[in-house]
Amino acid sequence: MLSRIAESLFWIGRYVERADGTARILDVHLERLNQMPLAQQRETSRQLLGVMGSLPEKDDIDLSDLLQALAYNRTSATSIAGALGAARENARRARETVSSSVWESLNTTWYGLTQHRKDVVGTYRFCHWVVERTAMIRGLSDTTMSHDESWQFLVLGRSLERADMTARMLSTHDVHAAGLSWVNMLRCAGAYESFLRTRRASFGDQQAAEFLLLDRLFPRSIVYALGDAEKCLTKLNPAYQRVGFINDATRIVGQARTFLEFHQTQDLMSELPEHMDRIQKACARASDAVSRTYFSQADELSWVGEVS
Amino acid sequence: MSELFADYPAAARKTTAFDEMFDAGYLPRTEYGQVAAALDALNLADVTARADSMARTFLDRGVTFDFAGEERPFPLDIVPRVIAGSDWEVLERGVAQRVKALEAFLSDVYDKMTVVSDGVIPRQLITSSAHFHREVAGFAPAGGVRVHISGIDVVRDQQGTFRVLEDNVRVPSGVSYVLENRRAMAKGLPEAFGQQHIRPVEEYPRRLLAALRKTAPPGVEEPTVVVLTPGVFNSAYFEHTLLAGLMGVELVEGRDLICRGNRVYMRTTAGEQRVDVIYKRIDDEFLDPLQFRADSVLGCPGIVNAARAGMVTIANAVGNGVADDKLVYTYVPDLIRYYLGEEPIIANVDTYRLEDAPAREEVLDRLDELVVKPVDGSGGKGLVIGPDATKAELDILRAKVLEDPRGWIAQPVLQLSTVPTMSGGQFSPRHVDLRPFAVNDGEEVWVLPGGLTRVAMKEGSLIVNSSQGGGSKDTWVVDGEVRGPADVPQERPAVTVRERTSVWPIETNWQDKQSEQQQQ
Repeated sequence: MLSRIAESLFWIGRYVERADGTARILDVHLERLNQMPLAQQRETSRQLLGVMGSLPEKDDIDLSDLLQALAYNRTSATSIAGALGAARENARRARETVSSSVWESLNTTWYGLTQHRKDVVGTYRFCHWVVERTAMIRGLSDTTMSHDESWQFLVLGRSLERADMTARMLSTHDVHAAGLSWVNMLRCAGAYESFLRTRRASFGDQQAAEFLLLDRLFPRSIVYALGDAEKCLTKLNPAYQRVGFINDATRIVGQARTFLEFHQTQDLMSELPEHMDRIQKACARASDAVSRTYFSQADELSWVGEVS
Repeated sequence: MSELFADYPAAARKTTAFDEMFDAGYLPRTEYGQVAAALDALNLADVTARADSMARTFLDRGVTFDFAGEERPFPLDIVPRVIAGSDWEVLERGVAQRVKALEAFLSDVYDKMTVVSDGVIPRQLITSSAHFHREVAGFAPAGGVRVHISGIDVVRDQQGTFRVLEDNVRVPSGVSYVLENRRAMAKGLPEAFGQQHIRPVEEYPRRLLAALRKTAPPGVEEPTVVVLTPGVFNSAYFEHTLLAGLMGVELVEGRDLICRGNRVYMRTTAGEQRVDVIYKRIDDEFLDPLQFRADSVLGCPGIVNAARAGMVTIANAVGNGVADDKLVYTYVPDLIRYYLGEEPIIANVDTYRLEDAPAREEVLDRLDELVVKPVDGSGGKGLVIGPDATKAELDILRAKVLEDPRGWIAQPVLQLSTVPTMSGGQFSPRHVDLRPFAVNDGEEVWVLPGGLTRVAMKEGSLIVNSSQGGGSKDTWVVDGEVRGPADVPQERPAVTVRERTSVWPIETNWQDKQSEQQQQ
């Protein structure tokens, strides 16, 4: 398939997942932020924005800044509206490759963005709506697109973004003393019920972290998401060699996953922010490696008027 | 008729135009019977709700055209344009005839120019056309076809006779709306379909792909076809994606292509892949910076040389514009006689050639009564309708014509036929034209039954172009005989009974009831 289209699909996967993850994180954090005294609210908002990678210039951040940065800013790829807009724009460029139901659901979502109230109360509904819409887009892409190369690129983008999101989510835990409880952390990942069913009563920070980092059966755990990314990379590269890895992306993702798997949970916990930072960097490097391998265009054409 | 048509006769009497739906006594014509009956049963609220839902669907599906950087839906009116099968049969033959003549003309123009040496058309006329490209003279295109896709615009005059308004053999657009309109109408006004046989349009992409593959360079077993788009900001981008999608081929931009050794390749995730047929949707001038505009980044350098070497088929061929030059248009009836030895099946609209001094003088005297058009314009650009123009506008036009008589033609103001169109809570007559699309595979010219009916949404307006606020109508070719229910095959599909599941209380109850009854 065309490199340009593959790139678009990869980014549709990433952006849709980003909108979903951000909506979940925002929803849970808002609930907690609303219960805080103002000064603490500002401090926590600031830290949250830092972790999500969209720290504004100014110091005094209030809730409306937070909503703007994470939910409604259409020009920033970190916000939900920006990510959905970018996903829709990518789909518009790859319209003949994504199925029409995927395109339509993205397009309708994009038009729906304007219909939501931009205050705190409206944002709960907005987040809920985004989680539903993105689930629908994911479902439609899984059931109406052939699981060929194009779909693999979409899922690759989705998996890398998902690993990155969960790592960010876990980073918000330890940023300061009054961090989110693990219950809320699990809720951010939509993992609370699965966690309870899996671990029953044995309930503690360590088990919760372990679940989000290492559970092999929960789709938003980092190990699961990285494993998905690896599977896509393998399918995209049929010339898998007997010795060594042929491409950088596979190596980077594999390293990150095995690093987590071969460590004791308590060792990971003691330096959680550093490890989560490492995971985020690995996702970024893998994304770059995928670009270099599959999407790179030859040098941009520039024709100067040297023709008669 | 329903109250929605209450004011229709009064409004229709204001113009001398031929009405497609109603005859002189304001009774629906035969081919409109089913549509009239369906509309009759609706009230304003129904019609509005359905029109809104159709518009909403178009926006959600992204059936839009790009206007000044904004995505706009192309408004679809709820009343279809219906053409009787017998009328269509004439149009179909007439369009095919015209395409064949233009095809013959183009291969002659870029080769021996016998049409000039035989005195049918002046040499000056061809060499002075802005779209005559010497770059492509002297070789036959790979696959032997130049006009793969054409859109011949026709209108109905006051008498109801079809006439050709212009030929489009460069990059005719609009076929995507034909396909989308039909889908939308089937959902929006299903009652009107009824028992009549409306000729289907969904065959188009398959026909197009077959023609493109058939005209691939010789010796290519499994030709790779692509659609070449200028990109997402082009007004017809939606159409490009739809056609590529329906044909199942790649939609490429210039930057996806690369030429080497007179061959064209596209950049894919698995390396470079050879391209054999390019359905080009960009203007010639932007296709190849080595041949045309050096500053263009929309195309791909080397593509024209590859075509010259016979390694790639470009559809439509480069240089076709000379055949839809509006001054050449005035000669098409002669070209049909010259190349095919036949009389034209569809007549032209009467046209003045402003190069001829007597014609020019007459036209300049009557500027306020005529339509004056630039010969290389498209999309209604530069066109001046005399009766609607101010004196100042006419003075500017007069100066322009005198400066470059070759650049203009003039035609009488034609009252294009009207069709009832939803406007302000009722149906009013609005002017329409028609663009049938033809696909030429070198042996046969196939004409898509129906085509695109464009409608001027403003009262009295004759400008139907989408860029100037026009809308469209679904166009139905209705075959003569109306099918009764008896003609429909009554075959019943075999019923597969699913295995019984463990929990199925209703069925259990039903069985119980049955056994109870049996016991009684």
